[in-house]
Amino acid sequence: MTTGAYEVKLDIFEGPLDLLLYLIRKNEVDIYDIPIALITRQYMKYIDEMKSLNLDLAGEYLVLAATLTHIKSRMLLPASEEDEEEEGVDPREELVKQLLEYKAFKEAALGLDRMNILGRDVFSRDHTGEEIEKDEQPLREIGIFELVEAFRRISFDTGQKDLMEIDVEKMSLSDRINDIVDELEKRGELTFTDLLGDADNRMGLIYTFLAILELMKLRIIRAYQAVPYGTIRICLAGR
Amino acid sequence: MDNLKAIIEALIFVSDTPITSSKIMGILEDVKEKEILSAIDDLVREYEKRNEGIFLREVAGGYQFRTGEAVGSWVHKLKNQKVAALSPAAMETLAVVAYRQPVMRSEIEKVRGVDISGTLRGLLEKNLVRIVGRKDVPGRPMIYGTTRKFLETFGLKTLSDLPTLREFRELEE
Repeated sequence: MTTGAYEVKLDIFEGPLDLLLYLIRKNEVDIYDIPIALITRQYMKYIDEMKSLNLDLAGEYLVLAATLTHIKSRMLLPASEEDEEEEGVDPREELVKQLLEYKAFKEAALGLDRMNILGRDVFSRDHTGEEIEKDEQPLREIGIFELVEAFRRISFDTGQKDLMEIDVEKMSLSDRINDIVDELEKRGELTFTDLLGDADNRMGLIYTFLAILELMKLRIIRAYQAVPYGTIRICLAGR
Repeated sequence: MDNLKAIIEALIFVSDTPITSSKIMGILEDVKEKEILSAIDDLVREYEKRNEGIFLREVAGGYQFRTGEAVGSWVHKLKNQKVAALSPAAMETLAVVAYRQPVMRSEIEKVRGVDISGTLRGLLEKNLVRIVGRKDVPGRPMIYGTTRKFLETFGLKTLSDLPTLREFRELEE
């Protein structure tokens, strides 16, 4: 397939800034003195090319296209009185800053990739096999419904009075999230009842439960159960 | 203790995760910290000098035996597993989190210029990134940081062991 000089494989770019950096490199122009008209023209050609290939063009590409066009027009216009007050502000300045920052992190990412990565370049002794043997019953991962069911059982068990003082200030969801993650890092695995057992009132129970749901949603933790209504075990995902 | 080095070598060998010098100190109660550290140093140097398949590395604040880079591809065959590689996009997101932590998702998206929900979720699942809290601004957005597993995976002693952002310093000037 020859679609000319602008043939583009979208997946080689990590985003609009990456495409822009590529154009700057390809034209061998100075990043501090970008020829906006030229670069904008080429950028638009790429965008059109992607559209014509029916690629699902991410909105971010269009946002940068608009920014480029805006800068181009500002460079054509004579400086207004407002602009003169902040003397010599280059309309490209903000974009250059953004590009340099992105470039730094792109290089940092390449730097990370060049390191000796555990499981890819270097290895340590691993114990995953032993851990599987330790559990006599096969565990299955559970979802929200089992958790809600378990929560209902526990929250009835506490036998709290319905009337109580609520001290909202004393607790926050993120504190609870951090506590749970710290505890799991320390102990590896906890049961659902362990976690909720710490809470001394209904408010505490609810916060803890919300924290567990949030952590599950973000897939930071996973919940397992061997049999229906059995003990629910919670551990950090990716362990 | 005559066999101090032998004991320490054995302790490191059997540990699942990098073992810290303080943990070793807890086991060898009567030995001075200085002696333990110098024994570890000796071991590191001996494996370095031997220059074969195994090396003693300092990672994530502890010590661990790791295979050398030169034999990596062979160990891979034994493990018979897919390389747990990160995509360039995931690596960029990870780099921003590593150097900018604690960082909000919106800050990472500003740097990368793209939506990062997919790569961030992947990094959370792989336990390379974790939520460190919520920022005290309207909306209470989550803030993210790297994990201990991140240090282990990239063979870093601490976060300050990360290479410096070269281009970034130019920008600050």
